[in-house]
Amino acid sequence: MPQNDTPFTPKLTGRNYTTPDLRAKLTGTARFADDFRAEGMLICKLLTSPLPHAKVKRLDISAALAMPGVRAILTADELPQPADSVSDSGAVIKASPWAERALTMEPHYHGEPILAVAATDEAAATAAIEAIDITFEPLPFVIDPMDSLRPGGPNARTDGNVWLPPGKPGEQPRIGELKWTTADFETAGRDRLPMGKTAAEWSYGDVATGLSQAVLVLDETFVTPNVSHQALETRSALAWWENGKLHLTVGTQGTIQTVPAIAKWLNMSVDDIVLISEYTGGAFGGKITASVAVIIPALLAKKAHAPVMLRVSREDEQSIGRARPSMIGRMQAGFSEEGRLLGLDMFVIMDNGPYEQQNDAATAGRMGSLLYQPKAMRWRGAAVLTNTPTRGPQTAPGGLQVSAMIGPILAKAARRLSLDPLAVCRINAPEGRAPVGPPKPDGSLNAATSAFVKQALDRGAETFGWQARRARPALTKGPIRRGIGVATGCFVAGTIGFDGLFVITPQGRLRLHTGIGNLGNESFSDVQRVVADAMDVPWEICEIAWGNTAKHVPWSCVSGGSQTIHAMSRAALAASLDARKKLKEIASKTLGGKPEDFEIGGQRVFRNDNGREGMSFAEAAGRAIELGGAYDGHECPADVNKITKTSVTALAGQGLVAVARDSFPRDGQTYSYVASFAEVEVDIETGMYRIVDFHAEADAGLVVHPRAFAGQLAGRSMLGIGHATMQKWFYDKQQGKPVSRRFYQTRPPTLLCFPEKFTWGSVGIPDPQTPVGARGIGEPPTAAACAAVLCALTDALGDDKFFRAPVMIDAIFAAVESGTWSNPGGLSANV
Amino acid sequence: MDTFTVENIRPGGMTRRQFIKSVIAAGAVSSSGLLFSGPAGAGPKTSPGAVERLITLAVNGQQRRVDVMPQETLAQTLRGKLGLTGLKIGCDRGECGACTVLVDDVPMYACSILTHSVRGKNILTIEGLARPDGGLHPLQQGVLDEQGFQCGYCAPGFLMATLGYLKTNPDPTRQELAHGVSGNICRCQDYDKILTALMRGAEYMRKG
Repeated sequence: MPQNDTPFTPKLTGRNYTTPDLRAKLTGTARFADDFRAEGMLICKLLTSPLPHAKVKRLDISAALAMPGVRAILTADELPQPADSVSDSGAVIKASPWAERALTMEPHYHGEPILAVAATDEAAATAAIEAIDITFEPLPFVIDPMDSLRPGGPNARTDGNVWLPPGKPGEQPRIGELKWTTADFETAGRDRLPMGKTAAEWSYGDVATGLSQAVLVLDETFVTPNVSHQALETRSALAWWENGKLHLTVGTQGTIQTVPAIAKWLNMSVDDIVLISEYTGGAFGGKITASVAVIIPALLAKKAHAPVMLRVSREDEQSIGRARPSMIGRMQAGFSEEGRLLGLDMFVIMDNGPYEQQNDAATAGRMGSLLYQPKAMRWRGAAVLTNTPTRGPQTAPGGLQVSAMIGPILAKAARRLSLDPLAVCRINAPEGRAPVGPPKPDGSLNAATSAFVKQALDRGAETFGWQARRARPALTKGPIRRGIGVATGCFVAGTIGFDGLFVITPQGRLRLHTGIGNLGNESFSDVQRVVADAMDVPWEICEIAWGNTAKHVPWSCVSGGSQTIHAMSRAALAASLDARKKLKEIASKTLGGKPEDFEIGGQRVFRNDNGREGMSFAEAAGRAIELGGAYDGHECPADVNKITKTSVTALAGQGLVAVARDSFPRDGQTYSYVASFAEVEVDIETGMYRIVDFHAEADAGLVVHPRAFAGQLAGRSMLGIGHATMQKWFYDKQQGKPVSRRFYQTRPPTLLCFPEKFTWGSVGIPDPQTPVGARGIGEPPTAAACAAVLCALTDALGDDKFFRAPVMIDAIFAAVESGTWSNPGGLSANV
Repeated sequence: MDTFTVENIRPGGMTRRQFIKSVIAAGAVSSSGLLFSGPAGAGPKTSPGAVERLITLAVNGQQRRVDVMPQETLAQTLRGKLGLTGLKIGCDRGECGACTVLVDDVPMYACSILTHSVRGKNILTIEGLARPDGGLHPLQQGVLDEQGFQCGYCAPGFLMATLGYLKTNPDPTRQELAHGVSGNICRCQDYDKILTALMRGAEYMRKG
């Protein structure tokens, strides 16, 4: 990738425009996975477990198979063994024996798929499910992590109840058993998290000294909720086989990265998979590479010799659609007189579900280290297995939980120290190349690429009118209490090393290929604005090839973890530099002179000293085909991903092929930040409260597409507000059955839940460690919003009132009628 | 006024808080009651074949002949048999609004009405909104101009719900429109931009 040509000047980048996918969404022509049809398509339905943990003792499918319309039944023993995977560096990663499978004979949670039926229509498939003769042997189960940690408590799996670190370097984490002592529980009491042994820990600085030097030490326990992703589109998927290749329509956050995931689950070659994912109906981390269930229709289609649509119901989606893990945390935080966090001792227990280890607990430690910059910090944690649905990363995984736990602590410290909560947020905010835990093996800390959180707090406070609101007298008469809150959130906001790919066609147009998933954040299109700017072309001559691996897409990041704008704008610029280099070389070969004698602009490559002499892009593309080699894709850079190489090979000869891997330098880890401000009015008579005003101020580098950026700030804030105010799981713990299985039992926020006034802003300072200056914005609003609303509620009703989120009507009553209306739940993850 | 307290809002009677607590308790009882409802199919029996299967539906201004089972929902018919996949099945139980269509100008959840019940009525789906020449309906144009919606899965339902609401209130306030379409869920939750976009569409509709 040429590094000496730095042509990027934002022109289109940073401006609003109409994305190429929107019209189809508004006319009903956008095709989501369940909208595809195929001749002779069968419908697949799932038989799921009625028990939280059991073994299938007897299974007889003969009656179901004989029913009219039933074409095939798939059971767990027909699943291929998952393949080991190989990293980009060539390291072999063994398939985990604890990984979730698409079907199982030992279900680990209520609703886990056991077998699948393909029939000519949905009614026939459903009737066949009813005709399956199956009996179970119930096994011990546990719904709540605290119950599993008790002495003699049940384990979610027969081989243990927690994830433990690798036994030896180079090995993978493993499942084992961890129990706390009776004394651990008795010492802590009912409302404080016991601090028994944990599975992992790290620290830097001297936490004990930090706490001892503090003028104020707070010891706070808080529980965050399990919340399902609840993408409006369930994970239905259509599969068919054609000429030995699997064709699959799915919703996913990463079109190209889903291919190796499916190849691994099906133990087959990536070359034999065509993945179609034009539109994804919401994901939020729950469809990073689709999910393992999508192999079910693939296997049934092969078995039945017909296309098969797996149609996932809302109840099934609630079971297999992923959820954010609840976290129970205990924080000991020591503050100086000025509100500076001198020491933070963070202890977290996570409700992991029964399968793969979730990273929320560990990430919470990392984000706490960055967001609050404690001078000394210790993190301890354990991912405890429960017989509840498989978890997955959800917007700001770990980031939301740590903000919800620590944001209110900062506000409480401010009140105890007679300080402005904004000042306490500010004095602890990361700045510049802020250090980030956990420590590296040499004891030093990593560093952020940049942080301008103090600027975000200042700008946000001004827009929100923080000081004026703070100066108002409190409402003490009548049923309304008013509170304001400020909090921050942060999360990873960028990765590096992906490939950019586009073709300048002989018609002079730019066809921009991308393997990014299209789930509505518009980054699949927004990053291509960088190409238009770098190539100095109008957007109207650019078209995007997306949503189908048969369109020959490059290796792209998944649209998750807010990495896309950062990662793929870099890749887009890298490919642009390759195109500019090739255009200049083609001009010099055609018109004489050296490449550096030429410049690019106005869809032409022309001489520096004589603008009239040059070639149009169309002419240069034609010439590229004549020259062949690297110019038209017959040769490919060695450092790009092998999947990109395959795509380049397929595109060879279509025009000037621009392809490059992002190798721009980056020093540090990329994070984005949001400062949020909320005002609530609580009616202590009814327990109802309203968010009357809300402002989100971002520090996410250059804003590439303002409307999409604002949409992320609003939508992701609302997700966090849902965690603070209304969403959680209910469980029948006696039976191990979820009560929250549909929208109306754990309802996502509606229009009427949205803050009555919403504003947003961005400090807009480009990140200095990436050439486009952009960082992602999807994750941190969620964390900041959740914490800001919790802070506002506490400001309205007083400290030591809320011990868990969401704060619902019962918690409000508990707060205003202390001692007469108990706050249910204690330390339980689900109430 | 200075002695106003929560407790004397209803002097001598039940406070609003006490009332809400009693509702919570009653809710628990009635929820339990659901557990003991009768078995599926215990209700009145219908005779198989009592309903004509091949019927005509008026969809998007066209008469469509379609074979419909007695228990078939309008969402199943439109998506599965008439190829109108614009409406989405988010919940299949009247909770999300993604399947909203207009039936004689009234927004209805297509997942929750039987196809046989809309015979002789005019059904409008998202596919019927744009002009035959492909030009967008003003409501669609307004949303396009404001880059409304994110993933777009909820968009057809929101648009149809909005269109139905605007027929009763063509010049709503932002708050009125929010209430009017609050039966639709957007899980991307970009409600601020959605409302802005729908208000823009309403404005375009008023201008014709």
